[in-house]
Amino acid sequence: MRSNELNGTPRHTPYHPKWYRTRVSTYWWLHQWSYLKFVLRELSSIFVAFFVLITLLQIRALSQGPQAYAEFQNWLRKPLLITLNAVSFFFVLFHTLTWFNLAPRALVVRVRGRRVPDTLIAATNYIAWLAISGIVAWLLLGG
Amino acid sequence: MAKKPIEPFLWALFSVGGVVAAFLIPIHLFLSDLAFPLGWLKAPGYESALALVRHPVSRIYLFVLCSLPLFHWAHRFRYTLYDGLQIKHLNELINVLCYGAAVLGTAVAGYLLWNFP
Repeated sequence: MRSNELNGTPRHTPYHPKWYRTRVSTYWWLHQWSYLKFVLRELSSIFVAFFVLITLLQIRALSQGPQAYAEFQNWLRKPLLITLNAVSFFFVLFHTLTWFNLAPRALVVRVRGRRVPDTLIAATNYIAWLAISGIVAWLLLGG
Repeated sequence: MAKKPIEPFLWALFSVGGVVAAFLIPIHLFLSDLAFPLGWLKAPGYESALALVRHPVSRIYLFVLCSLPLFHWAHRFRYTLYDGLQIKHLNELINVLCYGAAVLGTAVAGYLLWNFP
């Protein structure tokens, strides 16, 4: 019966029949660690945006003069901001780690017809990350 | 529903923004927003910070650092809203808000850095 219904050209009816489907819970992502990890990775983007917001505010304060800059530095010392930024830091790190671990799967590199091992690609990313972080720190700490 | 030709471009922005965020944000966040305010490391003074940001290369760098990760956010966040909260029916509105915010942030970054004293 059901197969006949699906094979034929459906006739238009004002009330379209709906077959039974289980409703997915809004909290589906809490049921398994891999789902939770996926959602945490997606949520890391909020903290990426938060970092940009703080950076833009900082650039604005800097452009407004020494007093505005000092006030902004004091604002960053508030416990609320420290807490938010600490949480933010862990999410951003999570983004970095998951991104680097996915990179070999998104970008398959072949050298002379042979696939470069995933670990080598990931390792290259980590080394580049450390080097870049070192350069940024060196510049910001007054070189 | 046909895929819009802009989708691959937005995905590329997401991807490049993800790379920029992965490589650069942790160290910047750690230094500027944690280590300096907490006094773990000595923050650059007003004059040296000003001189550092004033350099044209730094301005381009900061523009990229602010803009691309926002497009990365826009892409991920809209999918988080669709899947996480199952509000696919608000699709259009979510897209406009997410990418609108990214464009706005980019414009603000451009304005601030272009007019930097």
